[in-house]
Amino acid sequence: MAPNFALKDSDGRTVQLADYRGKVVLLNFWATWCDPCRIEIPWFTEFERKHKDRGFAVVGISMDEEGWDAVKPFISEYRINYRVLMGNNEVAQLYDGVEALPTTFLIDREGKIAAIHEGLVSKSRYERDLNQLLDSPQGAAGTRGASRPTLLARTK
Amino acid sequence: MAKRDGRVEAKLAVHIQGGYHVNSNAPAEDYLIPIRLRWEPGPLTPAEVVFPKPEIEKYEFSETPLSVFSGDFQILTRFKVEAKAERGPGVLLGKLRYQACSHDTCYRPVTLEIRLPYEIQ
Repeated sequence: MAPNFALKDSDGRTVQLADYRGKVVLLNFWATWCDPCRIEIPWFTEFERKHKDRGFAVVGISMDEEGWDAVKPFISEYRINYRVLMGNNEVAQLYDGVEALPTTFLIDREGKIAAIHEGLVSKSRYERDLNQLLDSPQGAAGTRGASRPTLLARTK
Repeated sequence: MAKRDGRVEAKLAVHIQGGYHVNSNAPAEDYLIPIRLRWEPGPLTPAEVVFPKPEIEKYEFSETPLSVFSGDFQILTRFKVEAKAERGPGVLLGKLRYQACSHDTCYRPVTLEIRLPYEIQ
């Protein structure tokens, strides 16, 4: 299972990954100083807009040490339409350290990690993975009734 | 070896593994994290920290060319020795902060502790 966490969003509300159970989640660790992250973020706003009615959500976790002072202006500038949370070392450790940015996890409707992408990945790769997850009744790869979903992809 | 009320220089050798680069001390964009060398207070006072000339490189993930260091380079610090510095050996502590990337991935900034042994005559 993707490790649960409780982090604050830009409005000060506490958000847990468990709040998204039943949805396909694209969980993106990023930072304002990360140029490859800046390439991907417009794609993620597009995915949020296109797929939110299919039970999908993007959740961004910022690893900016400067905190909301750096991140809030960025959210406005990039017109980010999905929830952004402020990360910390504890949540990074839950997800195997996350030293590299961007690192993106695709999580199925059952809360299991279906794909992991470390570094800049092509938009078409994300689209392919998302469509496979969104089209699956359980939101997981593999055959119906399989006890464990197949990991779609791991790029590193 | 340093003399009271004199000047001394120290060179910090840095090696960046192949395939990676760090932002220079004057990156192309305000939001990029520069490399920085700072020294703790002590009998040696930094008068100037001198970085080499950076490389200007274009990467696929950046719209503009970036100002970076890669491979091997040195950072020079010019110190002034306090007139009343205590004679004998000591260690000056510093912090080197940098943020590295490859061609498609960026790594969280790192701060390394630097230890500069000295002896004041």
